[in-house]
Amino acid sequence: MLQYFLKRLLSLGLSLVAASIVIFLALEVVPGDPAAYMLGINAQEDTLNALREQLGLNGTILQRYLSWAGGLLVGDFGTSYTYRIPVAELIGERLWVSLPLALYALTLSTMIAFPAGIWAASRRGSYVDTGVMGVTQLGVAIPNFWFAMLMVLVFAINLRWFSAGGFPGWDEGVLAGLKALTLPAVALALPQASILTRVMRSSLLDTLGEDFIRSARAKGLTRGQAMWRHALRNALIPVLTIMGLQFSFLLAGAIIIENVFYLPGLGRLVFQAISSRDLIVVESVVMLLVFAVILVNFSVDLAYALVDPRLRGRR
Amino acid sequence: MLLHNRSMLPGVVLTIVFAGAAIVSLVWVPYDITILNIADRMKTPSLIHPFGTDQFGRDILSMIMVGARTSIAVALVAVGIGMLAGVPLGLAAAARRGSLPDEIIMRTNDLVFAFPSLLIAVMITAVFGASALNAIIAIGIFNIPVFARLTRGAALTLWSREYIMAARVAGKGAARISVEHILPNVTNLLIVQGTIQFSLGILAEAGLSYVGLGAQPPTASWGRMLADSQTMISLAPHLALFPGLAILLTVLGLNLLGDGLRDLLDPKLRRART
Repeated sequence: MLQYFLKRLLSLGLSLVAASIVIFLALEVVPGDPAAYMLGINAQEDTLNALREQLGLNGTILQRYLSWAGGLLVGDFGTSYTYRIPVAELIGERLWVSLPLALYALTLSTMIAFPAGIWAASRRGSYVDTGVMGVTQLGVAIPNFWFAMLMVLVFAINLRWFSAGGFPGWDEGVLAGLKALTLPAVALALPQASILTRVMRSSLLDTLGEDFIRSARAKGLTRGQAMWRHALRNALIPVLTIMGLQFSFLLAGAIIIENVFYLPGLGRLVFQAISSRDLIVVESVVMLLVFAVILVNFSVDLAYALVDPRLRGRR
Repeated sequence: MLLHNRSMLPGVVLTIVFAGAAIVSLVWVPYDITILNIADRMKTPSLIHPFGTDQFGRDILSMIMVGARTSIAVALVAVGIGMLAGVPLGLAAAARRGSLPDEIIMRTNDLVFAFPSLLIAVMITAVFGASALNAIIAIGIFNIPVFARLTRGAALTLWSREYIMAARVAGKGAARISVEHILPNVTNLLIVQGTIQFSLGILAEAGLSYVGLGAQPPTASWGRMLADSQTMISLAPHLALFPGLAILLTVLGLNLLGDGLRDLLDPKLRRART
């Protein structure tokens, strides 16, 4: 297990370095001088030079990469060109909206998908199964930002149960915060829950057809007992894979959904940064999201090994 | 055959309707969408304007027809990029399984997978500005590892078959075997995955255009129509209803078509289901 863990850890490190190089090169070769952008067209050459020096823009590409990547390691993302405060501080504030939103959506999606998938699989071919599959077919096809707009129309504008957008902040209490995140989380969760339900159902059906389930039934277990004790655990592997992949879609999807609800999260931050050409903020947010995706996939790999000991020996 | 398959028929019908609307819009639309008619703005659906008009008095049906063109073109080219780059990479990786090129291809794929297409679009837009072309590139790049992995996985099982062994004994090289024997046998799989990626591409394009990273005005796009309607949703819900339904039904149609094609092209699966 330790060897497997170390191997995965090494691959995690390499992926992070490679991703950071890609992001750095993509955004650092951009035409245009951030110093000139910050100081305006009337800036003197020596002032520009001083600012470039201060922002660390004068070195070679390698020096600049090493200083940026070194900063990332100790949590120093640099200073935003437009906000004039450390990027880490900016991201820290916004993360308190985006991360709870993604986790809330993941929780909702799992809470819907597990029972729905198990229910459909246990009544294969029945009206329940057809109904659940029909709903998931719609859930996969619906654009989540459009669904979000419809929910705003129904639950915020007409019924007035929720606010149409904005975030009161966690200072107003956890309940108020969660209430503001409920519609966005439902919108984010719907397509993911639909996909997860389908994966759960088909994986469970595959497992229920295996010999060891027949053996379990033969030794006297009921269908339900065989499902809960034997099938479910084995069916979880593909489900975990999809959940890992979904986290990246949830984070990326949050960027769009935050715009529907005017939530002050990473998504809003990144769009404001793009329009003001605050590239260091774009660079840092993208790096952070990619880091999250890679880290989640790493955790899924470890979770595999815990669920299925046979996988530890492979790769 | 079509009628025996539950998902194939609605899938084919929906796909034909939207592809047809896009094609027809090249030569004819009910109203010119470049002409503003403020007197007729935000009209609810009627016989003259079946889907109503928008805040500038433009006919929404005509805009959806032209928007279908943008969505389909972006998604089609993005799938094309994914296939043209991904399939050869997958074939090459499978032909040299376990070698350095295989490792490099697969690890690069893993890396690209860590960048959801929205993040690629964010980076491209930050550098070059927003446009439909950048949306195509962003979605296309994300499609490459999808097709590379699929092709490699399917090709690996084929490489252990006897007829491939026979081709090797006959003196054919890895490249020739890949093209002449492996590729024809993974085509079905690629068609099915292509349909799925196509529908995902339409969703992605709509999302990117909605947040302003995709098609820019005056290009009509379903995502942009939704973005424009957002602030007026309580006054005129039909502005948001029809473009959203267009996306939903197109994606639904393509997904059903993909399911149907899979059942049709994969006899093993069909037997297992019946």
